[in-house]
Amino acid sequence: MSEAKTPVLETRRLGVTFGGLHAVQDFNLSIYSGELVGLIGPNGAGKTTVFNLLTGVYVPTEGTVLLDGVPLNGKKVHQFVEAGVARTFQNIRLFHDMTVIENVKVAFTKDIHYGLLDSLLRTPKYWKAEAEITEKAMELLAICHLEDKANVLASSLPYGQQRKLEIARALGTNMKVLLLDEPAAGMNPTETAELLDCINTIRDQFGIAILLIEHDMSLVMNICERIQVIDYGQTIASGLPKEISNDPKVIAAYLGE
Amino acid sequence: MKKSETRTRYLVNFLAVVLLFVISLVMSAAGGDTLKLKVVPSIWQCCYLIIMAASLNLVLGFLGQLSLGHCGFMAVGAYTAALISLAFQRAGFYEEKSGPAFLLVLLLSTLAAGVLAAVMGLLVGIPALRLKGDYLAIITLGFGMIIVNVINNLPFCGQQGLGQGSASSALYATGLGFSNDEKVQYLWVAVLMVILCMTAMLLFVRSKYGRAIRAIRDNEIAAATSGINVSYYKVLTFTISAFFAGVTGALYSCCNAALATTSFAFTNGSILNSVFIVVMVVVGGMGSMTGSVIAAVALFLLNYTIKNGAWVSALPAFLQNIFAYPMLVYSVALIVVILFRPRGIMGSREFALCDIPKWPGMIKAYFTSRFKGKEAIRHE
Repeated sequence: MSEAKTPVLETRRLGVTFGGLHAVQDFNLSIYSGELVGLIGPNGAGKTTVFNLLTGVYVPTEGTVLLDGVPLNGKKVHQFVEAGVARTFQNIRLFHDMTVIENVKVAFTKDIHYGLLDSLLRTPKYWKAEAEITEKAMELLAICHLEDKANVLASSLPYGQQRKLEIARALGTNMKVLLLDEPAAGMNPTETAELLDCINTIRDQFGIAILLIEHDMSLVMNICERIQVIDYGQTIASGLPKEISNDPKVIAAYLGE
Repeated sequence: MKKSETRTRYLVNFLAVVLLFVISLVMSAAGGDTLKLKVVPSIWQCCYLIIMAASLNLVLGFLGQLSLGHCGFMAVGAYTAALISLAFQRAGFYEEKSGPAFLLVLLLSTLAAGVLAAVMGLLVGIPALRLKGDYLAIITLGFGMIIVNVINNLPFCGQQGLGQGSASSALYATGLGFSNDEKVQYLWVAVLMVILCMTAMLLFVRSKYGRAIRAIRDNEIAAATSGINVSYYKVLTFTISAFFAGVTGALYSCCNAALATTSFAFTNGSILNSVFIVVMVVVGGMGSMTGSVIAAVALFLLNYTIKNGAWVSALPAFLQNIFAYPMLVYSVALIVVILFRPRGIMGSREFALCDIPKWPGMIKAYFTSRFKGKEAIRHE
């Protein structure tokens, strides 16, 4: 990787304090496009807090998040998405009373340019935009093997497919960085294998950067090129999967000394 | 959905709407005493209740925010329409309530009613929609109460209106205020208004806007991380809902020869009060426009028969005594609906003419699944 290249997502001394608690401190991370980076750490280490900082859900008390070298300070959540950060959630947050395809279509909202009058008068612009996003949404569903469930209510999908639908929805935002928060949590080995397949397809096809939180170590070690480990809000190790799995600090954090 | 199917659906709905409009014209032409004294005034009331319930459904059912001050916007609309038309009438723009000049004034005052209510909605919505749940309910409740007091104290909203007389809780002069004959004559206005408003709201809901606000209802954080500007869509929906409440107000002032702020007040014991509109939305199904129509008409009919039905006097005395407090009956009706249809009569489905051929299959599926469920429990 050349030195001159700007990382697609970069954080500099990122930190957040809740009252007196330093939830995340001095967090530095650089991801280049096409990379798949894992973020691991014991329960309560602050992984999801990092995600919330990276997506603007929490406002950092120190440090900055940069996307393509542009700082995102002071932006709102939806502006982070417009800039190109998409995420999934640890506890599934689907639009449960909407159909599968509608869930994905919601993500296209910011890219639809017809106005209120167009939708009230059903102008050709409306029909064209709607036809386009229906097609795009079906493509995304196909990547996640959900195309035959397009008109089913999201809440009636089985668990594994709900997780995949979250990924499909995140893909709809046309992002540069995808943050996956424990995508394999609660999945059986078959589902995990399918998910792995799905993540690989996404990376190859979209050429985006992926940051992954995961507890399934075999999955992390398998697909991540680099891994960063945090504990008590601080980075304790980062490097290649092999280095990480032999790092005494990491072992101590997971198993105790 | 396939293109040809979408086209058929639009066509069928369009034809149905035209048919509805023609029926209203025929009724106007037919005349007759029952029609004039009972049916047509009831239809007018139904019309404004329908738009009222549907517009609240945008906020309550689709956006998922509880607003308890919807009648406040209606009051704004009613007074605006009454006073603007009165100004035109006093200026001699029209004498009789007929002819193109009057229709123009009617159109203008209705639009003005909607726009002013929408402006109020915007002003209330921007600060209020930062809050959620109970807190939003309290703010909107406060708005509904405050607006009544504001109107009570505005000198041009009292007595004979526009500076004639002082501030009071009643406005005796309005440029609209149809008599029963005029209600029959202008029945098409009410029907057309319902058609236009309902169509506009349905088309709004079935667009990116509708998807966005339903997403906000289902999960606000997920909606924001899907790139939806939550506060923009919330305020937009609130404003649009207020616009239609304002239009409803204009219809209301067509119905009544005089306006009184007590009829929009929170303490109003009749069918027109913000909480009752909420009940209509809940009974009809949150997130179902056609459900709101059904519930508005059903609750109006319930209200009407309790107060005017001949059958009431045939009931035992103690039941009649209960009927003296109609709110008791409504609450029982509400409980019954909630017991059997927890998500409202229509749930979040819409009634569609094109779906009628599918009904037998759906009903059969419903009963078999119910039966199966009971069997499974019995076998355990």
